[in-house]
Amino acid sequence: MSSAKTIAVAMSGGVDSSTVAAMLRAEGYNVVGLTMQLWNQRRLAGRAGMPETVTGRCCSLDDVYDARRVAETIGIPYYVVNHEDRFERDVVRPFVQEYLSGRTPIPCSLCNNHLKFDQLLTVARQIGADAVATGHYARVEFDDSRGRWLLKRPTDRSKDQTYFLFGLTQEQLSRTLFPLGGMNKPDVRELARKHGLALAEKPDSQEICFVPGGDYKNFLDAYLAEQGDSLPETAGELVTTDGRVIGEHGGIHNFTVGQRKGLGVATGSPLYVLQIKGDTRQVVVGDAENLYSQTLLTRRINLISVDDLGEPTRVSVKIRHRHEPAAATIEKTGADEILVTFDQPQRAITPGQAAVFYDGEIVVGGGWIS
Amino acid sequence: MRRVYLDNNASTPVLPEVLEAMRPYYAEHFGNASSIHHHGQETRAAVERARESVAKLLGCRPAEVVFTSGGTEADNLAIFGVLNQGLLHPGDHVVSSTIEHHAVLNSCKQLQERGVEVTYVPVDGRCLINPDDVRRALRSNTKLVTIMMANNETGVLQPVDEIGRICADADVFFHTDAVQAASKVPIRVKEIGCDLLSISGHKLHAPQGVGALYVRKGTILEPLFYGGSHERSRRAGTENVPGIVGLGKAAELAMKAFEHGEDGEMAAQRDRLQSAVLGSVESAGVNGDGVPRVPNTTNIYFDYIEGEALVIALDLKGLAVSTGAACSSGAIEPSHVLTAMGLRADRARASLRFSLGKQNTAEDVDFATQLVPASVERLRELSPLYNKAAVST
Repeated sequence: MSSAKTIAVAMSGGVDSSTVAAMLRAEGYNVVGLTMQLWNQRRLAGRAGMPETVTGRCCSLDDVYDARRVAETIGIPYYVVNHEDRFERDVVRPFVQEYLSGRTPIPCSLCNNHLKFDQLLTVARQIGADAVATGHYARVEFDDSRGRWLLKRPTDRSKDQTYFLFGLTQEQLSRTLFPLGGMNKPDVRELARKHGLALAEKPDSQEICFVPGGDYKNFLDAYLAEQGDSLPETAGELVTTDGRVIGEHGGIHNFTVGQRKGLGVATGSPLYVLQIKGDTRQVVVGDAENLYSQTLLTRRINLISVDDLGEPTRVSVKIRHRHEPAAATIEKTGADEILVTFDQPQRAITPGQAAVFYDGEIVVGGGWIS
Repeated sequence: MRRVYLDNNASTPVLPEVLEAMRPYYAEHFGNASSIHHHGQETRAAVERARESVAKLLGCRPAEVVFTSGGTEADNLAIFGVLNQGLLHPGDHVVSSTIEHHAVLNSCKQLQERGVEVTYVPVDGRCLINPDDVRRALRSNTKLVTIMMANNETGVLQPVDEIGRICADADVFFHTDAVQAASKVPIRVKEIGCDLLSISGHKLHAPQGVGALYVRKGTILEPLFYGGSHERSRRAGTENVPGIVGLGKAAELAMKAFEHGEDGEMAAQRDRLQSAVLGSVESAGVNGDGVPRVPNTTNIYFDYIEGEALVIALDLKGLAVSTGAACSSGAIEPSHVLTAMGLRADRARASLRFSLGKQNTAEDVDFATQLVPASVERLRELSPLYNKAAVST
């Protein structure tokens, strides 16, 4: 092996990470392709409402095949590494637990924190790679004046994935490359074509990778059945904001804040889910205007651009992946707790999701909405 | 980059003499061995010469050798040949072991789905089956015992002679998967007392895609698939003549190697590799230590590391070895063999298999003995488990 830097590329079998591998290879790095085997799609097939043949995206043989073909095309060594145990422990179980507690989890952030930028970085170091590169749309750079690694929004705002990356530590960022941060998706596909990658036209994946077809309710049933647990009692009452019981529901895991459809009660005006109470299994419903609130509390904080939050700070805050960051003030209210006060009330603030703080294009940090 | 291949239990390179022997049977002597004309007679003769060589390797008659597409087909033909012949019925009983190759294990699983009961005898911590366990597992309705001769991961040789006697006494069919034993240790089917024995070409320096099953005279097998009357109606399909010729040549070379004591030389190289590695790495040891093994294999655990990462790190430095079993995606799963031996999951994941082939040189072994300790050390430096253990001792 030459003295050039060795980069491990996390290859999913998609266009983005494949193009990253091809780009870095063309730039003269020693590139090693790694695919994380995280979940066995066949595992729950045929159980409790899950289809017999599963076409979910995560770690499917087709994706591994595609990644392997890319590695072969560009001439790099390629390996599949097995992290199923960690994925189940750190992503799948918390995902199930969050739903059963009435929250709406985002497994991708957990996967980034615990698998892609933790386990994979470890594997990379073990095999002698200096850094890990992924196909995420984000930018990472070192800021001399602050003496810190910064996470920034990408050029292609429509593909911005910084929301899922707020948990990265300085150590992780220092060993991470996001080569697509300055590119637009069409350019990436063009580059893939230029490098002769057969999958240049492969469609983007959107859904949660281990939940086939996005039907997480079936997934919960099937997973719990496989574990020998039945679904705990999650059914309860539908109540109004003043505590009046107006009906019953089949389980709190069927709801997410802001949801309108499927409440099963007919009233004059449309009703929305305002709050899910995990302890009493009550789902609070009300009018659309009740969905708005001005503040939220975040815990399990990670700060990136600053070491600590001193004074209340002006930022813009994103409360779900497809949310335009809204102006707000953040202030520390506890050792691991930040209060977000928006200038304008925000719709459907959802416990379990992340709130990510931006200073322009710089990610200040973020936390989990409690 | 220098590349050294020490994963010969996965596959071996075709030896130059073997390739030379095969070469004429692609374009020059291409006839169908079943044809009556000159071209057919030429290849028929080559197939039968190869059959004689394989028979010598196994200590049987040529007519008792059935060529197959490989070890997996040989195992399947043995197991389902007996089943489909009507000798095995739902409710009948089969004895196997927990450390078999998947060709046997998954065949047994299929038997279970068809209503046959299967007992899997265990192994001890050294990967050894106790023949008494086999004896105790036998029932009045036991029809078949299928237990391997040498384990693919540890190289441990099983007491097949004794198991053969037990089966003969009980009048039960005995099949042994000798894929990892053939050409590494002498095989005499009469001494083993088996009715069926599988070998695979590419584990003994013949090409991939050819294997053979010894079928004791008088044992009637129902074929796996239907067609012409090839291989005495036990395996339909035009013979893979170049492959069969290669297997014959490799068998012949293996017999010569035994005469020259090359198996002893290989064992000495393996032992040198093993003691050099163990001498320079702490918290490491041999899986399957202190029991008879084939001369080319050693399986070593390196506590506090992930075997998967070590295999990748070594591959990137030019050394090919293996760990665990690759699943369909190519990801590594902990070895069922090491787990059956009672290894803790972390130790099973921290184990590597080194397997030598005839092409390996003393320099290849030197390369490994230098590279492995350094790579293990590097991985351990990055292992929180190792550092914690180091602090606490």
